[in-house]
Amino acid sequence: MIALLEGIVRGLGVGSVYALLALGFVIIYKATRVISFAQPALMLAGVVLVSHLAGPLGFWVALPVAALLTAVLALGIERGAVRPMVGRPAFVVAIITLGVDVAIRVVVNIFIGLDVRNVHDPWGLDSWQLGSLQVQQRHVAAFLATALLVAALFAFFRFTRMGLAMRAAADDQEAALAQGVSVGAVFALSWALAGALAAVGGTFATAGVSFDGNLWLTALVALPVIILGGLDSLPGAVLGGLAVGVAQELVATYQNDLPWLGGNVSVITPYVLMLLVLLVRPYGLFGTREVERV
Amino acid sequence: MTVATKAPRGRPLLFTSYPSEMSLFPTTTRKVAFGVLLAVTALLPFLLADAELQLLATCCIAAIGAIGLGLVTGYAGQVSLGHAFFLGIGAYTASVISGDPDGRTVGYGVTNILVWLPAAGLVAGLFGVIVAPLATRLRGLYLAIVTLGLVFIGQHVFNEWASVTGGVGVGRPAPTLEIFGYSLFTTSASVTRDQKLFWLMAALLLVFALAARNLARSRVGRAFTAIRDRDIAAGVIGVNLARYKTIAFAVSSFYAGCAGALLFTVTGYIEPTSFSLLLSVQYIAMVLIGGAGTISGAIAGAFFITLLPRIIRELQAFLPFISTDANEVPNVLQVESILYGVLIIVFLIFEPRGLFGLWVRARNYWKSWPFSY
Repeated sequence: MIALLEGIVRGLGVGSVYALLALGFVIIYKATRVISFAQPALMLAGVVLVSHLAGPLGFWVALPVAALLTAVLALGIERGAVRPMVGRPAFVVAIITLGVDVAIRVVVNIFIGLDVRNVHDPWGLDSWQLGSLQVQQRHVAAFLATALLVAALFAFFRFTRMGLAMRAAADDQEAALAQGVSVGAVFALSWALAGALAAVGGTFATAGVSFDGNLWLTALVALPVIILGGLDSLPGAVLGGLAVGVAQELVATYQNDLPWLGGNVSVITPYVLMLLVLLVRPYGLFGTREVERV
Repeated sequence: MTVATKAPRGRPLLFTSYPSEMSLFPTTTRKVAFGVLLAVTALLPFLLADAELQLLATCCIAAIGAIGLGLVTGYAGQVSLGHAFFLGIGAYTASVISGDPDGRTVGYGVTNILVWLPAAGLVAGLFGVIVAPLATRLRGLYLAIVTLGLVFIGQHVFNEWASVTGGVGVGRPAPTLEIFGYSLFTTSASVTRDQKLFWLMAALLLVFALAARNLARSRVGRAFTAIRDRDIAAGVIGVNLARYKTIAFAVSSFYAGCAGALLFTVTGYIEPTSFSLLLSVQYIAMVLIGGAGTISGAIAGAFFITLLPRIIRELQAFLPFISTDANEVPNVLQVESILYGVLIIVFLIFEPRGLFGLWVRARNYWKSWPFSY
């Protein structure tokens, strides 16, 4: 019972990170109808920036600065590689972002070097004892940070002019353009937001533990998450992220009881979950069913 | 009434019947060019050193895999990031069938290439058919992500199933290249190992490429392109979407299985971590850089990507700031990875038809020379 509860708490912590990363994917998808495979590189860039800046600036200053710099990097990608492709098939643009990802990760890996690094976060592996339940502080921090960011994002989309413009552009690009919405600015802002979210998500993903170049694989877990929640659903991304996180941690808790699956089967749980959900609901749990006219 | 099947002299591009336009080699020039290419390929082993031949043999194998991906992604328009998974299935099927029965890993000792090569293709093709229902339900980017998931699941199985794959960091021997007891992988008095290897792989590439080209110009190929251009419209004019998407995945996986079975015979060893997302990206890069929707493009792309490390190593002599030491920055490996990414971006932005498009441009320039404007 304790193991189950602890698994769920860990899962919510890990899932918050997935939710942040998935939000980035969904924001870009809603604005530009493109899945950005460059998110892993953006996340890694953000984490590396935090790890380098946290020494001189301290963690709490380094995190927003790194998020800002990553947002600028994402803006550059959007301007340089994605904007020239407006109007081309979504698949082609997706493959371009894949190319961007490969290229940027090489550069970022140079700054990781040969040793593992860490982000100098204030939590480490400390934990609180709630009765017989042990809760790691870093999971609570990730959950709270995600809750805060999600609330801010939803308020932004709901109550600001730019948020309204983004919702309009996501709904119907041409109609939004005709109403005076600068769709170019919407594209740019969505990439910047996704970059910043990736940096924050990545930082919480590696809080308390060290990281190396393989951290980028964590960002790919956001792909099953967005498929699960539905490509164009922000609440779907958040709930999907938490669900995948909990499922993964529960499998990790009980995987020793199923030795025939091989060690570390929890790593592929998100992908198996995705396949199962897709067989039943091809547009995810909250996604909009596409209606097409010839 | 007689149907003229040949173009009049001096008008090579005037087609007077549909069969003549769709034929394998529509013009005399192409027939001659193809003949010359065959002759050069046959004579190449006498001109090049063994190391180069080995590299070119690897290129031929990669080209078989790239043609397979080109069929499903380039012709049928179904984006697959799961090619590495099918390559892996093929590689392990072949090595289990031809493996040493008394060895550390499972093996049945049937070393004849005529047995294990088709078997590898068929098993991979079967997995393609199993995956296909997803392709018929999903479109575009959803499918890309699902096939990406396939790579991760496959990677896990390959890493953990040590009795078949040997496990991470250990691996198992590749299939034995042998036909009816005659070894294709040993140096004999008259021919070296690498000469045999090159001839074998070039011949196989020829067979697979011609088969793919024939498939592409048949009813099935037309159905593929119709689905790629607009699947709903294709469905409306009577193309059975589920059926042809399944065929596309089955054929593509068959090619991948055969390529996977052959790919590691050159190095002789299969390591389970080879079948990662990076391998899939490499094949996507081959198809896109070569030119999506053409067989010759896929072959050109496969040769280009496979030769890329070697080209960079040659360039390194002229660009001394690139280091060959893996601990220094920038080193050859880093330049190579960056080039994968940058080349994909550059080609997609500036020449979406890839290397094949560059060739078309050059041809058109000289065709109308000196009035090329």
